[in-house]
Amino acid sequence: MKKLLLASTALVFSAGVALADEVKMGVLLGFTGPIESITPHMADGAEMAFREVSESGMFLGGHTITSVRADSTCVDSSAAQAAAERMISSDGVVAIMGADCSGVTMAVLQNVAMSAGVPMISPSATSPAFTTTESNGLFFRTSPSDARQGAILAGIVMERGFNEVALTYTNNDYGAGFANAFEESFLAAGGTITSKVAHEEARGDYSAEVGQLASAGGDALVILGYVDGGGSMLRTAYELGAFENFFIGDGMYGDEMISAVGEALEGTVGTIPWAEGEGADRFHAMAEEAGVQGQSSYTRESYDAAALLALAAQAAGEATPAGIAANILNVANAPGEEILPGDLARGLEILANGGEVNYVGATNVELVGPGEAAGSYREYVVEGGEYVTVKFH
Amino acid sequence: MEPLNALVSVSNFMLIPALAYGSQLALGALGITLIYSILRFAHFAHGDTMALGTAAVIGGTLFLQARGIGIDPLPTALLAVPFGILIMSAYLLAADRLVYRYYRKVKAKPMIFVMASLGVMFITNGITRLFMGVGETRFEDGARFLFTVREFREWSGLAEGMALRSSQALTIVTALIVMVALFWFLNRTRAGKSMRAYSDNEDLALLSGINPERVVMITWVITAILLVLAGTLYGLDKGFRPFNYFQLLLPMFAAAILGGLGSPLGAIVGAYVVAFAEMGITYAWRRVFTYLMPEGLEPTSMMQLLPVDYKFAVTFAILVIVLLFRPTGIFKGKVL
Repeated sequence: MKKLLLASTALVFSAGVALADEVKMGVLLGFTGPIESITPHMADGAEMAFREVSESGMFLGGHTITSVRADSTCVDSSAAQAAAERMISSDGVVAIMGADCSGVTMAVLQNVAMSAGVPMISPSATSPAFTTTESNGLFFRTSPSDARQGAILAGIVMERGFNEVALTYTNNDYGAGFANAFEESFLAAGGTITSKVAHEEARGDYSAEVGQLASAGGDALVILGYVDGGGSMLRTAYELGAFENFFIGDGMYGDEMISAVGEALEGTVGTIPWAEGEGADRFHAMAEEAGVQGQSSYTRESYDAAALLALAAQAAGEATPAGIAANILNVANAPGEEILPGDLARGLEILANGGEVNYVGATNVELVGPGEAAGSYREYVVEGGEYVTVKFH
Repeated sequence: MEPLNALVSVSNFMLIPALAYGSQLALGALGITLIYSILRFAHFAHGDTMALGTAAVIGGTLFLQARGIGIDPLPTALLAVPFGILIMSAYLLAADRLVYRYYRKVKAKPMIFVMASLGVMFITNGITRLFMGVGETRFEDGARFLFTVREFREWSGLAEGMALRSSQALTIVTALIVMVALFWFLNRTRAGKSMRAYSDNEDLALLSGINPERVVMITWVITAILLVLAGTLYGLDKGFRPFNYFQLLLPMFAAAILGGLGSPLGAIVGAYVVAFAEMGITYAWRRVFTYLMPEGLEPTSMMQLLPVDYKFAVTFAILVIVLLFRPTGIFKGKVL
């Protein structure tokens, strides 16, 4: 009996130790909702980084990272907040990789993360509002703000000879922020916006919205939205003959767009945050090996966000929210040894020995203070049902 | 040419979509009005039953497509409609047997029926989502257009173009056929006449030997036919998404009440009024007036009464105005 008791106590004890070795990190993405087609790949990207860190055996002296997934829904702020709340209070995550869409990310940041003091790195919240929002140093992102994308897209539209365009955007923080940035740059460059109309997601019929844009006229239609609503707008506008030329933002990039919209998409020009170089190439090779769709939107940014969280914890020497938050900028920017995807073990080792790293990652990460990131964009055109790169900005 | 361009433009962006939408609403509103006049309650489960019926049709369509059976250029869904009608007749009759018949027997107040139908609505809603999920399902196949904007421009030589999708044409034609058939049934057949008699005066109908349960049964079956057709045509035209069907409830009721509850002709007229009001009030008329007005007098504003987002507000407004000023509706129906 005594032996049994002893054995079971030992068992409980060892189970407790195993638990203590495990660091939990949240992956808060919209697994349902308007961007559900790209979020599984984003989560895979983030978990690739967590796995790499865990398998290295160097993380905080042999700890592993367990990812806790939850649904941000992309559009429903209260659902996203509840999910984040649950992650922090019942799962005990020390940091969150997410959220995705700007509206829910802002809600989670201001109502949950800031009161709990848990840092967030969003791979895809691109609203310009985050640049100026005070987050107590808890919010970071690995994709650049739409203020820049708006300016770049406006330049592309102008360069292609369209001075008079109609503009439609998805009716949320992302769409409105992006549309304002585009409008500002486009007007400053001497262009005219004939009409600016918001559209909702998940409607059956978009002919009224398209009718209004058509009534105002213009040489091209600029659509800043998602595959669902924005794709339907594009298709409806094409089928009703309202516009022939389309320009689209990053939210509409994806294979689903081509299969959903079909021939109407031909000749459409768009922008998406993208990185070239050794980091991106290495990431794609690793993703292919791991069976992850590395070419999908924001998969690279997700990997980088996850890697930054792990490196920051290592730099702090402890997996605590405050420690991670305080070290994200240090590991993301120069000075220090440059770390590419696949080098995470080396980065962890350098940090463990008290050295410094400059995480470059898959997207040439360069964080400009909390809430802002530098980055490059890919300009593409749809030809024969394929995305063809024009150039990088 | 200018007035022609104006006409083509307004047809393309407003008249054709509104006509198709109105036809879909009319089929739905006819069902509501029939149930109201025979069973004497407002059937709140209408929108969601429509969704479930469409889900059954989609199931049938997928089954047929997998076997390569089709009627190109017409959509395969048309072949699956009888299957959907069968399922929905069974579903509605089961709902009647399990829920409504009891309240009929105890002669419950109409409000209790309405609440019961609300319960049926939630259950139906859940079943649909269980099978179909909440996302969008597109099941349209066959030819997408009768003619496209580009073809029309080439043919007519006009600056403006016009497109007619096959789903829109199909909707309008089917709605017309169904309406004619329904009026023939109600006015010319024995069963139809007994329905009208039962609707006019229940006691008198009973005295003259009409079997009420039979009348109720026929009503549900006709409702199933109307529902499945309306839902399928709406889904072919705009894609299937359960929530959009639930949202159709408001315009369908507005149409039935506007026309006069219990009046089939009223339901049809009401549906088209609602559809054209929704589209017309939120349409930006600038382009049309630019063609019509003499040079120098072209409008500079968008000439739009309400932003597009307020489509449902238009329906609400119609409903409120009718209930306030003419509760019996255009064709003197029953007061709700």
